Amino acid sequence: MDRFLPEMSVTARHSSQSGDEQRVQASVFVAYTAAATLWLLFATAVGVLLAYKFGAPDFAPGEWLTFGRLRPIHTNATFFGWASLALVGLGYYVAARSCGAPLYSARLAWVGLILFNVAAVAGTVALDLGYNAGSLEYREWPWPIRLIFLAALVVTAWNLIGTVARRDTEDIYLSNWYIVGGVLWASIFSLVGILPWYQYGLGQVAVSGYFMHNAVGMWFTPLTLGMLYYALPKVLSRPIYSYALGVFAFWTNLVFYPIIGSHHFLFSPLPWWLQTIAIVFSVAMLVPVWGGSTNFLLTMRGRLRDLAHSYPLMFIFVGVIGYVVGSTQGTFEAFRSLQEVWHLTNFTVGHSHLTMYGFVNFAIWGGVYALLPLATGRAPGHLGLSLHFWMAVVGSFIYVISLSIGGTIQGLDWMHGAPFIQSVVDIQSYWVWRGVGGVLMFLSHVAFAWNVWRMCFGPSAQAAPSAVAPAEEAAA
Amino acid sequence: MNKLVAIAGGSSLVYAGLALVMGVLPGIELSRTPPGPGVEPLTPLQAEGRDVYVANGCSYCHTQQVRPLPQDKIFGRPSAPGDFAYQTPELLGSERTGPDLTNVAVREPSTVWQYIHLYNPRAVVPESIMPAFDWMFRVVDQAPEGTTPVPLPKAYAPARGVVVPDHRAEALIAYLLSLKQPTLPDAEGNGAGTPAISSTSSATASVAGGAGTAPGAPAAGSAPAPDGVDLAKGKALFTANCAACHQANGEGLPGAFPSLRGNDEVNEADPSEQLHAVLKGLQGARVGGVVYSSPMPPFGSALSDADIANIVDYERSAWGNHGVPVTPARVAAERAKDK
Repeated sequence: MDRFLPEMSVTARHSSQSGDEQRVQASVFVAYTAAATLWLLFATAVGVLLAYKFGAPDFAPGEWLTFGRLRPIHTNATFFGWASLALVGLGYYVAARSCGAPLYSARLAWVGLILFNVAAVAGTVALDLGYNAGSLEYREWPWPIRLIFLAALVVTAWNLIGTVARRDTEDIYLSNWYIVGGVLWASIFSLVGILPWYQYGLGQVAVSGYFMHNAVGMWFTPLTLGMLYYALPKVLSRPIYSYALGVFAFWTNLVFYPIIGSHHFLFSPLPWWLQTIAIVFSVAMLVPVWGGSTNFLLTMRGRLRDLAHSYPLMFIFVGVIGYVVGSTQGTFEAFRSLQEVWHLTNFTVGHSHLTMYGFVNFAIWGGVYALLPLATGRAPGHLGLSLHFWMAVVGSFIYVISLSIGGTIQGLDWMHGAPFIQSVVDIQSYWVWRGVGGVLMFLSHVAFAWNVWRMCFGPSAQAAPSAVAPAEEAAA
Repeated sequence: MNKLVAIAGGSSLVYAGLALVMGVLPGIELSRTPPGPGVEPLTPLQAEGRDVYVANGCSYCHTQQVRPLPQDKIFGRPSAPGDFAYQTPELLGSERTGPDLTNVAVREPSTVWQYIHLYNPRAVVPESIMPAFDWMFRVVDQAPEGTTPVPLPKAYAPARGVVVPDHRAEALIAYLLSLKQPTLPDAEGNGAGTPAISSTSSATASVAGGAGTAPGAPAAGSAPAPDGVDLAKGKALFTANCAACHQANGEGLPGAFPSLRGNDEVNEADPSEQLHAVLKGLQGARVGGVVYSSPMPPFGSALSDADIANIVDYERSAWGNHGVPVTPARVAAERAKDK
């Protein structure tokens, strides 16, 4: 059956591209990754400052550095500067390589890059000046700026579809289902978030519930998974364990994920049925999550020894674990009994970092380390890789654990009827530990930036010593 | 090409359908929710204040939704759909690092307190980690006609001149003081709209750190307490309901909130006036020859006789005070007298 063709050929598909086309493709990949890295450094530097303010609220005072303006700058720059740019850069590379076709239009890729960055810069400046569109999470940028971001998405979707249309096989490799789908779905939810006519009072609450979760699960999740379906087989030089399971996870994720958003508003005045449906489908999300992560883990079966030799593989492994643990935690959090304790506490902040950081970030890093050296022929050093990996793992572990404990204490304080200020006092030491974790995470990003520099502009290497893939590719 | 259309187009159609059903249609339907009884639109100044609230991200730490859960009772009755008819953008929030503000105008009705707290929250709540919004105030040599300078405690006041709020602060406080739940018609008249921490929510923990170890706090039981009165509980209730203004050391803030330490009414044998103040609240009170403009909220409908006796007896025995303790029965008598 030709459906199974891609899994056999995915690691060997590149011969039909000319040298010029490969150079263009590499420069697009480099530019997106470099811009994303700058956003990562900026966004997480702001994050560290925010974490510090929890212990020293009078530090960095004044209008421009006040907590409530920096907080959306941190989240939006992380989402739409760093993760979006990095995933689109990877998406272009994966789409072109897995289709054995050149990019549909390098020019459109550059236009998209400029639009993404203009939106992120303008959004950051607007938020700092106090132009916040309602403090609605992940759509705080004023709507004209969100229109620029939407335009960038549409340009990207056009370019990706054009690229996939040029593929040299009848079949479309699974990665491209996720990548093309993710960009199209993101265009849809961005539009739904912008249009104003159904967003008054409680109506806007319903849209907020829909939007904030779809921004994560119908954008970052599909692009990350799509990239992993290419990068993991590439690093291991073996096909994905089950192509059919990947297809199954694709459709179940598509149908279940859009329904769970209202679980952010349990116990709110939103209609009871909307909340209950969200809980039911939060449980159903275990199907695509466990299906997808099992698929990745089974692809790695018997190769755990390789982890020790391959940082890309280690990053991807942590990313897969982050995916299954973070998403499963999300399912449990959606239960009313547990929301009673954790809702509105810092536990939620720990959860969002477990998923966005433990899953999406680690997967992006694994993908960049696996694929960027193939595009540029330059590899990062072992020291930089190990510094990045270990500081990021240890830092995010401390971060998530401390906020999970601290958030639980907050929730229990409230349930025990303690004076409110008690919950602020009791979590203080956990905020300190969160800051320690956050600083380690930030330092790991400095190491990442150094590695990106080496991969883009450093001395060229014949083969990356830490990656399993290049040697295999040479053999292919 | 056909495969691409099927996968990209098919999945996008499915997704657009779900976006319609889970986002747009509930949005259309719920946008039509009529306002509940007594829910009013904001005045222009209050609406400006809401813009200040949004611009500075207040809702990243403060919710405006009361859940139908026991731990949320201190913030008011459970929020109803009609409460949000005029709330666009919606400000329900997702984190409660600071307290819920649904009923903040009932809890902290004093403009003076609000200004001091906004200028620097630690001036009235030492453990607070809220940012200081002193940049919404101006320091001037003399307050302009018709403006009252903010009576900041010495440690927070500028070396020279007086502090007056600028327009943003005035609008923001006008907005905050509009935040109170209208009583629902079918709600029990008792307690609706007047949240307070009562001992039914088992307020037995005291604040560790600053407030709990304030100098001059008595060892519980230094004065003989009547039967059924619990000074430890009284201290916790005082922390939750009274300390924001009167402070953990009972000394209040000079010029803003009266001291309870050595306070005549608190030490008087006849507790009528003190009980009356706690039950019914105060307006324009004169204490020790000083008139305080800040209103004190009434606690009569939110707290039981026993809880009020606990608080009053804590005040009467703490910080060197030596008032005669009162019993819950005495509180009940005062309550009956005032009716």
